[in-house]
Amino acid sequence: MEKYIQMPITEEVTADLKSGDYVYLTGTVYVARDAAHKRMTEALEKGEELPIDIKNAAIYYMGPSPARDGRAIGSAGPTTASRMDKYAPLLLDLGQKAMIGKGKRSKEVIEAIIRNRAVYFAAVGGAGALLSKCIVKSELVCYEDLGAEAILKIEVSNFPAVVVIDSEGNNLYETVAKK
Amino acid sequence: MIRSIDVNLVSEQIKEMCIEANYYLSKDMNAALKKTEENEKSDLGKKILSQLQENLKVADKESIPICQDTGMAVIFMEIGQDVHFENGNLEESVNEGVRRGYEEGYLRKSVVKDPIFRENTKDNTPAVIHYSIVPGDKVKITFAPKGFGSENMSRIFMLKPADGIEGVKNAILTSVSDAGPNACPPMVIGVGIGGDFEKAALMSKHALTRSVEERSPIPYVQKLEEEMLEKINALGIGPGGLGGNATALAVNINTYPTHIAGLPVAVNICCHVNRHAVRIL
Repeated sequence: MEKYIQMPITEEVTADLKSGDYVYLTGTVYVARDAAHKRMTEALEKGEELPIDIKNAAIYYMGPSPARDGRAIGSAGPTTASRMDKYAPLLLDLGQKAMIGKGKRSKEVIEAIIRNRAVYFAAVGGAGALLSKCIVKSELVCYEDLGAEAILKIEVSNFPAVVVIDSEGNNLYETVAKK
Repeated sequence: MIRSIDVNLVSEQIKEMCIEANYYLSKDMNAALKKTEENEKSDLGKKILSQLQENLKVADKESIPICQDTGMAVIFMEIGQDVHFENGNLEESVNEGVRRGYEEGYLRKSVVKDPIFRENTKDNTPAVIHYSIVPGDKVKITFAPKGFGSENMSRIFMLKPADGIEGVKNAILTSVSDAGPNACPPMVIGVGIGGDFEKAALMSKHALTRSVEERSPIPYVQKLEEEMLEKINALGIGPGGLGGNATALAVNINTYPTHIAGLPVAVNICCHVNRHAVRIL
């Protein structure tokens, strides 16, 4: 089923999404990958505040190529989500509602998705040029020293993705593998 | 006769290849994606394959790298034994080419200085360079930037001779099956069979630079390449790992003599953005 979704995303919306749905995302999304997740986790361990508003947030696992003049962003496709598995459950428990990436997730992440009624979307890996057309704005939030791994806040418009793991834990990758 | 080559020429060529490889796929890769879309049975799979081709058009027309992971710079240099490099350090000239290519080409800098402390070098250097000395007075440079979504799913197996060709098939299928959606299918599978530990790995990487339309000249290897492609595409992983029959575009296998006690098999997986540029100086 095709659905048009507004970001950030609430539990009422994630509850309606089913594994296999084709969605178009519009609104505000944070961008963070390996090094930024490590730093956010370390900040929490030290009792510091997160640099992003985590409640109902969507995090896109991505590190863009540099933007040419006049463009919002460079190539901007998803990175492999499993590298964030170590950090994701903690952020989901703090209120994060959506993850956008590609590839399999761990049992711990799937449990955290169910526990928090969250959702995992996959975007098409290796289609970074095409996906960049759906990103209309991008601004640096923090960790600029990390280069391509800095945290960004982006505005997306009809960004295509597929619901892989829904809030009940149904997993499209598993369904497909069983066929 | 010794032929002299200015290392600045090497830098210039590498710079151009960084940009060329990251913005345009080779003809064989373009053709393979098109053919795969025609043969795909899953509707979602077909849609993704069409998006991947659209992505290539956008990359070309609007000068946006095909994939944001513009890779670690892998370079094969086949150097004729009658060549002498002048005006500087060859390795430094290669890295200078990478530095300029990644900066001028708006390519992502994805290399960290130390694997544990992980500070970004901010210019995508150093490159991974494989030199070989060959007869003649030419230099063949193959630039193959490698993204790590697929690199991370690559494997090496030190099989026993008794495992035989069935063991090899099993190793390839296991690697692809484990890679699944993580490696951005449809993939290209590079395989190295024989040699020793590092020779197998190097062969598997080099196999990825061969055209996906070109089969091995060794009859049993050619048969193995064809059989493995069929078996991989029967796994059902499909484009993006979301189901379908297009899981791989090609299986390229290289072999080498090995030790009486061993059967090394390396499987280097590449995503559908299998990039390379070649220049002969």
